[in-house]
Amino acid sequence: MSDLIRVSGLTREYEMGAETVYALRGVDLTIRRNEYLAVMGPSGSGKSTLMNLIGCLDSPTAGEYWLNGTEVSAMPDDELARVRNREIGFVFQTFNLLPRASSLHNVELPLIYAGVPGKERRVRAAEALQRVGLGDRMKHKPNELSGGQRQRVAIARALVNDPSILLADEPTGNLDSSTSAEIMNVFDELQAMGQTIVMVTHEADISARASRKVTLLDGLVHSDTTRAEAA
Amino acid sequence: MALRVIWTQKMKSAFSVVGVFIGVTFLIAVVSIVEGMNSYMTDRFANTLLGVNTFQLRRYPDFQVGDISRETWREWRRRQRITYDDARAVDAAITVPHISGWESWNRGIIEYGGKVARDINIIGITEGYFDIKNWTIEQGRPFSAQEARTGQPVVVIGHELAERLFEDLDPIGREIKIRRIPYRVVGVVEPQGKLFTISLDKFAVAPALSPIKRFVNPPRVVDALLVKTNTVEDLQTAMAEAEAVMRSRRALRPAQENNFSVETSEALLDFWGSINRVLMVALPGLVSISLVVGGIVIMNIMLMAVAERTREIGIRKSLGARRRDILRQFLVESATLAVVGAGIGVATGLLLAGVVQATTFLPARVAPWSVVVGVLLGAGVGIGAGLYPASRAARLDPVEAIRHE
Repeated sequence: MSDLIRVSGLTREYEMGAETVYALRGVDLTIRRNEYLAVMGPSGSGKSTLMNLIGCLDSPTAGEYWLNGTEVSAMPDDELARVRNREIGFVFQTFNLLPRASSLHNVELPLIYAGVPGKERRVRAAEALQRVGLGDRMKHKPNELSGGQRQRVAIARALVNDPSILLADEPTGNLDSSTSAEIMNVFDELQAMGQTIVMVTHEADISARASRKVTLLDGLVHSDTTRAEAA
Repeated sequence: MALRVIWTQKMKSAFSVVGVFIGVTFLIAVVSIVEGMNSYMTDRFANTLLGVNTFQLRRYPDFQVGDISRETWREWRRRQRITYDDARAVDAAITVPHISGWESWNRGIIEYGGKVARDINIIGITEGYFDIKNWTIEQGRPFSAQEARTGQPVVVIGHELAERLFEDLDPIGREIKIRRIPYRVVGVVEPQGKLFTISLDKFAVAPALSPIKRFVNPPRVVDALLVKTNTVEDLQTAMAEAEAVMRSRRALRPAQENNFSVETSEALLDFWGSINRVLMVALPGLVSISLVVGGIVIMNIMLMAVAERTREIGIRKSLGARRRDILRQFLVESATLAVVGAGIGVATGLLLAGVVQATTFLPARVAPWSVVVGVLLGAGVGIGAGLYPASRAARLDPVEAIRHE
């Protein structure tokens, strides 16, 4: 089945004091393997909520979410955590590395939660760091790395468990333009190697790198366009 | 992972283990000292004052525990003294195998060749006294039954007195003077050591019927008759017989109380036993309070840590940490903290006990059970105190936690 992700009628509501916020009002979306998707929309459109739901960080109020053939919308917390660990790789705008741990330990974390034994863990984490070009920075802590290097560590961490999908939330938001270009090149390479990528962004030139653009508005899909394939 | 986190937050960790550390230190140190005191009291003290299977007959009790009222004192001082005839009668009346010894003492001055030793315990005894006191003669000999019977002016002295008067000279055969009357030294007793810092070796014993009798007591009167039997059962029998004889000699009617005292060192041991019990009850109480405080401190520190590390928890959850992973992480951290605190407490407690042992007369015997209990308590407090913060951490919503701060 080439449908990696299928959501239908995905709804997320939550209480804010006395009011109910309707973050998503029934989103239907299908994502295929190796697609490179950009998710856009103004703030409040629900794109972060959609990302959280796709990333299994949150559960929908209603609707279905099929990930890799498994229905995850009604999963209990612990199983959801397992899915997160195995299938999802997150890359955040603010990097979200553990500040007091070395790059190696940061990249090891998903493997630790997957139950991989110590020696194998360190080997795989080292390989992941080498693949993003940081093999010589394994013992450095995040505050000893530049912004671009930190994001690379985050990417290595996201990939170390060989996830089905890479979710990036404004990954270049905290980087200068030349570093941003570097990081975007990394994503291009990853897509070329077969990775499925979903990226939230509000910048047009970032979204231009993706082959498909989904725009949300007021909790619903507003537009869904695929760039025509180059011949 | 837990040790790594604790190391990087040294200050906070140090602060949070204080309660557990103090509690465990106290536990170890006080238990060691109390156990040491226990063995000191039973082995040294009681045995030195009055040994096993031994009782003494006196005018009034030697071992007084608790408060004695003025009326009691007055009644005691009005009593008749124990006479030579009383002592002989009691000795004759005891049917079980026994050794008996008279004891009459006073404090005085001993002179030899221009040297003067003050504050010496001068005691008039009969020859059985040596066995009853378990004295080993290091030089010479004790006095014989004949010397005792005929009241020869011979004397056996304590080790410290011998050193003071004779230094390197051999004391045997020389004459010392008590109240200007000469006595020939026939023996020196092995050092007995100290009791609560008071030397036990500053004494001189002479036969009760020798000229010493005028110095130690009014005529024909002793301070005590000591009787030692072979077994505890025989001791009971002997005490009952002694009491019966004395009651008859004093013509006491059945309703009247004894106007003399027949006692063993048991009263003293009972008294210590009651103190011991109080200590052993109070101690766990104090330790518990300290540990509870320690637990509360750890809980608060961990709650702060959880709040500070909310984002970190969110990140970990986003990477796939389940609730129980987060729970275990924080529980292990708080338990490790507590065990480290307990460990340092054990070391400090042992050190403290060692210091007390080295600088005072109190012996401190480390009880292994206290070490085990200390560490287990530490771990228990750590896990217990960390449970609430850890479960708070585990239940954080990952979406909000990541956005925190």
